[in-house]
Amino acid sequence: MANLQQTLRATRNTYYSCSVRQIDTLPMNESIISEFQSCVGPRNVLARPEDLVLYEYDGSVDRARPELVLFPSSTVEVVRLVKLAVKYDIPIVGRGAGTGLSGGALPRGGGIMIAFGRMNRILEVDYENRRAVVQPGVVNFDLTRAVEHAGYYFAPDPSSQKSCTIGGNVSENSGGPHTLAYGVTSNHVTGLELVLPDGEVKRIGGKLAEPFGYDLCGLFVGSEGTLALVTEITAKLSMKPEAVKTLLAIFETVDDATETVTDMTARAITPAACEMIDGWTLCAIEDYVHAGFPRDCGAILLIEVEGIAEAVAGQSLGIAEICKAHKAREVRTARDDKERELLWKGRKTAFGALGRLAPSNYVLDAVIPRSKLPQALRRVLEIGKESGLQIGNIFHAGDGNLHPLVLFDPRDRSQFERAVRAAEDIVRYCVQIGGALTGEHGVGMEKSELMTLMFSDADFALMRRVHGQFNPTGLLNPGKIFPMGKGCGETRVRVSPLQHAPVPA
Amino acid sequence: MSPLLASSLASRLESVVGPEYVHSTQNELEKYQVDGATPAVALQPEAPEQAAEIIRIAVEEKLSIIPCGSRSALAIGNLPARYDLALDMTRISGIAHYDPGDLTISVNCGTHLAELAQILAEKNQFLPLAVPFFARATVGGAIASGLDSPLRHSYGTPRDFLIGAEFIDGTGAQAKSGGRVVKNVTGYDFHKLLYGSHGSLAVITRLNFRTFPLPPSRRGFLASFADETAALAFVNALTASFLTPTVLEVMSPEFARLFLEEQSPVASLRLDSQAWTVCVGFEGTSEVCERYSRDLAGLARTAAAQNAVIIHDAQFLAMLEILREAPASMRSTAEQSIVFRFATLPAQLPDLLRALRSFANSSWMPPAVLIRGASVVYLALLPREADESALKQVAYFCNSVGSLRGKLEFHPWLLFCPREWKSALNFSAQTPVDLDLHRRIKKAFDPSGTFAPGRFVGGI
Repeated sequence: MANLQQTLRATRNTYYSCSVRQIDTLPMNESIISEFQSCVGPRNVLARPEDLVLYEYDGSVDRARPELVLFPSSTVEVVRLVKLAVKYDIPIVGRGAGTGLSGGALPRGGGIMIAFGRMNRILEVDYENRRAVVQPGVVNFDLTRAVEHAGYYFAPDPSSQKSCTIGGNVSENSGGPHTLAYGVTSNHVTGLELVLPDGEVKRIGGKLAEPFGYDLCGLFVGSEGTLALVTEITAKLSMKPEAVKTLLAIFETVDDATETVTDMTARAITPAACEMIDGWTLCAIEDYVHAGFPRDCGAILLIEVEGIAEAVAGQSLGIAEICKAHKAREVRTARDDKERELLWKGRKTAFGALGRLAPSNYVLDAVIPRSKLPQALRRVLEIGKESGLQIGNIFHAGDGNLHPLVLFDPRDRSQFERAVRAAEDIVRYCVQIGGALTGEHGVGMEKSELMTLMFSDADFALMRRVHGQFNPTGLLNPGKIFPMGKGCGETRVRVSPLQHAPVPA
Repeated sequence: MSPLLASSLASRLESVVGPEYVHSTQNELEKYQVDGATPAVALQPEAPEQAAEIIRIAVEEKLSIIPCGSRSALAIGNLPARYDLALDMTRISGIAHYDPGDLTISVNCGTHLAELAQILAEKNQFLPLAVPFFARATVGGAIASGLDSPLRHSYGTPRDFLIGAEFIDGTGAQAKSGGRVVKNVTGYDFHKLLYGSHGSLAVITRLNFRTFPLPPSRRGFLASFADETAALAFVNALTASFLTPTVLEVMSPEFARLFLEEQSPVASLRLDSQAWTVCVGFEGTSEVCERYSRDLAGLARTAAAQNAVIIHDAQFLAMLEILREAPASMRSTAEQSIVFRFATLPAQLPDLLRALRSFANSSWMPPAVLIRGASVVYLALLPREADESALKQVAYFCNSVGSLRGKLEFHPWLLFCPREWKSALNFSAQTPVDLDLHRRIKKAFDPSGTFAPGRFVGGI
């Protein structure tokens, strides 16, 4: 997701009621820096402002610059770094590829960033038991590439799968189009090695599919780096299906497409993936990748069915019928793998395609009950009109996971504010109709203030007690998940002692 | 009124739930016994608010609570360290929300699984939670007890379809996690911790599930094999194929003799006394089912099956019920039966099975074995009498299992045994390697240690 446009993105550090200081300069406390350098070697430390600026953003609209970026190559080195950070009371944030979209890997209160890019080895592949043991910096798709010759793959498939890391997937509990049939990351992880914020190394789970005791992996996967750093992952390998069919259904209106999805769910047809792209977005994609999408329709559905040949044949017939019943203009089936890959390339590079149309964009992530898809999409379009901004829609329709994409120019303060307002209106509406704040991107810093829409004081009290048991000093990824609005002190956003006073923008 | 219960406390509890829902006579309390321990009082709250109030009183008075549903699986778990209050949640029942069009349902904890199944079936849906004691079990109890279902082979465990929960933590606060949508990563996934927590973390009040469409047709394939090696070879060939069956269970000759003989489809297999039986479930359209039938027959032939038969809807459902109830049936087949559960890796299953059977055989008790999904083993030891020598033999078995640690990767659970043997066997002293992290979770959820003290693994 990283592109030049993102560097233009405005900071929104004063948007939320409790502001966090933007760190624009590197503090020059040379002696602390040299201690960190001795943990991992000077070549594995970034400390110059021109290097650090590359690590101040992920794919979200937030920005926060680390004071040091460190690249450990082993769990032992991670432990050294953590212990040193604790000694000087410096906040720690873990980072995979920085493709997250909620600000999860940004150092909200400054501090050091532990980047896992050099812990990128696949340690073991165990086909007999269908497990792989990997370091956190292994790129999602690289695991699939390493095992596909034997007929296996790693099921979670975020759109960024060619660059995002499995460690990042674990932190955010990432999803992807095929989540509809196969579940999010937590359904595919059985064991973790953790480094707790006091430097202790713990192993939870293992290759066995079920835990002995509490399902700790179920808690740690998706805890957004707020409970521990993940240094090793035992992941499930899935077997490639016998047959795959990809259908492209073209509709004159968005309503026809959304009602098709609702009807499919009601008739209990569950494809492996069911993605929707609106007509406006489709034109942008077509200009970019030439995938053969129509330029004159209201919306398309990209539907994939998988399984044994007989099941795929039956399901795709059923799906085509439902599409036709909802006035699909045309239902095409990809003729071969090449055509299929082109259609998916169109879907997965969509955000990049839209990046060509405006200086910046804000990708939202919210979930609604699937039966409410038509009304939710109508509301998204209305909010777009109200804000005077273009909103594209390209999302996981089958599980009700919306990704409205708001285009704006961050140099125009009014546009930026309207984009943020529109985003918040959409998320509020989704929660109001029975949905959830985030389906796969995580809460991060993007939605920490909106958490109060879903959770009560009692819910937060329990979350804080759990947080306090593992991360009592709050040094690990401060300012994430928990709302800071009601008195920042409650969630301990730590300000690094390395930090200088911010330079006014 | 029990002498353990001061009259001031009794009247406080009565004012919360009403006098008719405070039970304190010996007769009433016997029903709530856990491993022979009797609570001082049993309470039946009508709403989560009442349950929360009871918990706050218990914390204040330093009393311990064991929450329960229909109490069908309460025998599972360690001996309670303390047990003052039984919190009977069966009055908090019924469907809170059902959105058939979304394939989601929100159910109060005391709802019976059987009742839930009926409501879902009216909309042509089901919950793949086919657990033992099905006719009696409540949904809250089924989740807390962590029992599994033969359908897990394709539908997974509640970890895969439990999407949210409401519960009362150990401070008496009503909290929740997840939601009512099928995809959600908002906040910590506490509901995943509740599955299999045996009431040690929180009192579940409501559960949200993803539901599934009832398939157009369900069938089963039964095949018999001369020995376990042939049966497991068939299972291996099947899991390496493109087929994705819903059920995959292997039964030992002893299991078949005890629980299958009356069944007509099994009768047509003409099982010999040493035969191992494999049951494969599959579902879908008639074309899909025909493909399964064809391929399964081919795989069975290659693995030298003795006999094979296809069973259709009603027959298959009857078979599924036998498999569902297997752990409960193993327990009730003899007063002194001891039922274990082991989770292992598919590649280590043959070695584990061989070791377990040899430990059991050397203690002269032919074990009944059921293998679920190539990774879970239910094993029942069936001594003829509950005497001292049988206890010795069982203790030998337990110690032998302990000696496998480090050699094979597996988790062992002792599900059922005669109550008076539980402490002698000391099998439950098995602790998770990450016990410290478990304690931290417990402390966060239940800071005063009110819930089910001592019942969970590691004495939590």
